[in-house]
Amino acid sequence: MDRIADEHRKTMNKIVNNAQEAIADIHDGMTLMLGGFGLCGIPENAIAALVKSGVKELTCISNNAGVDDFGLGLLLQQKQIKKMISSYVGENAEFERQLLNGELEVDLIPQGSLAERCRAGGAGIPAFYTPAGYGTEVGEGKEVRVFDGKPHILETALKADFAIVKAWKGDRLGNLIYKGTARNFNPPMAMAGRVTIAEVEHLVEPGELDPNYIHTPGIFVQRIFEGKDYEKRIEQRTLRTR
Amino acid sequence: MLDKHGIAKRIAQELQDGWYVNLGIGIPTLVANYVPDDIAVEFQSENGILGMGNFPYEGEEDADLINAGKQTVTLKPGAVLFDSATSFAMIRGRHVQLTVLGAMEVSETGDIANWKIPGKMVKGMGGAMDLVASAENIIVAMMHTSKSGESKLLPQCSLPLTGVGCVKRIVTNLAVLEVTGEGFVLIERAPGVTVAEIEAATAGKLIVTGDIPEMNI
Repeated sequence: MDRIADEHRKTMNKIVNNAQEAIADIHDGMTLMLGGFGLCGIPENAIAALVKSGVKELTCISNNAGVDDFGLGLLLQQKQIKKMISSYVGENAEFERQLLNGELEVDLIPQGSLAERCRAGGAGIPAFYTPAGYGTEVGEGKEVRVFDGKPHILETALKADFAIVKAWKGDRLGNLIYKGTARNFNPPMAMAGRVTIAEVEHLVEPGELDPNYIHTPGIFVQRIFEGKDYEKRIEQRTLRTR
Repeated sequence: MLDKHGIAKRIAQELQDGWYVNLGIGIPTLVANYVPDDIAVEFQSENGILGMGNFPYEGEEDADLINAGKQTVTLKPGAVLFDSATSFAMIRGRHVQLTVLGAMEVSETGDIANWKIPGKMVKGMGGAMDLVASAENIIVAMMHTSKSGESKLLPQCSLPLTGVGCVKRIVTNLAVLEVTGEGFVLIERAPGVTVAEIEAATAGKLIVTGDIPEMNI
């Protein structure tokens, strides 16, 4: 690490020591984006650090809400989340309980609209039209416009005070490569954070990642650290018989 | 009468060579088991896979490789992985030829409800609203009636909608039906099921013209 530290004096340095340091300036009431689909590709280390920090009144934008005792479920248990913006929350009984009791605000958004709203937020596109949700509760109160004979609703871009993503490999410039379906919402969310924190399984030297295969260019990432002790819990272990 | 595997088997007959297909959670997932040998289709999973393969053998499961139902899966040779925004560009951009999904209710004009029971169940729509709003072909796979015996094919949906006027075809344990905007047109009967039984289980308008053949499965 010393050699890396030396080099930082003369090159761009986005490395922070750990999750705790990465999230130190996340305050009560902030809006966060958190990557992941179910428990696949979630920033485990940063979530654990947020639980420990006790930060509260958070608005969390995340496709899912974790399960009762893992992922964002841990923040829900501690009542640290004021509002969730998600597409599917069916795996979390505590979530459903808090919601039906009015303890939690929830904005449910079609999954594709959620992904595109994040991407648009990062890409400088303030809003876009989509057919998803037209004629449903999701479309209520939204501007409708007909293109090619088909009604579309206007969806606005999402941005976050902090986007927190998880990648497989990354370098100190913030370049990221994801693995398998752990990619999911991480790339569009990485683009939409005012500050984007990346936790990676392997922090490597610049040049070790083939530029042809980098998924998230480092320009979107402000902080990076190597996470540890990844649990990578499987929600539905489904096997075929030999 | 069909079981859920029979429904999946009948839907597999609708697949066409070269199609990209998205299968929803539940009965639709089973369709992958019955792809005819003489055609090739690629399965799209909206969490970021084209070319999704079988479930893994024990010991080969990978936490970083799941389908949209959060089940462990494998990749076929030539598979590709991508992010959620790209995945829904495929869906919204109508590059996926067929969507198969489950439903709690379908109306005779093709409305579908499958994401919410007010005051009771709030799971969310996931990708269903994007899929039904854009898919070229939508087949609903479901039981004809609910567990309490009530028809799921209605004049209009009572639950919050997932999409409007989008369902083209329905395959149930009793029948294959086409949704025309005029009503449910009965296409085929499940083995051993009579037209009268289908009529009795259908609350919406059922259109029966001539002899209705039995499914060939």
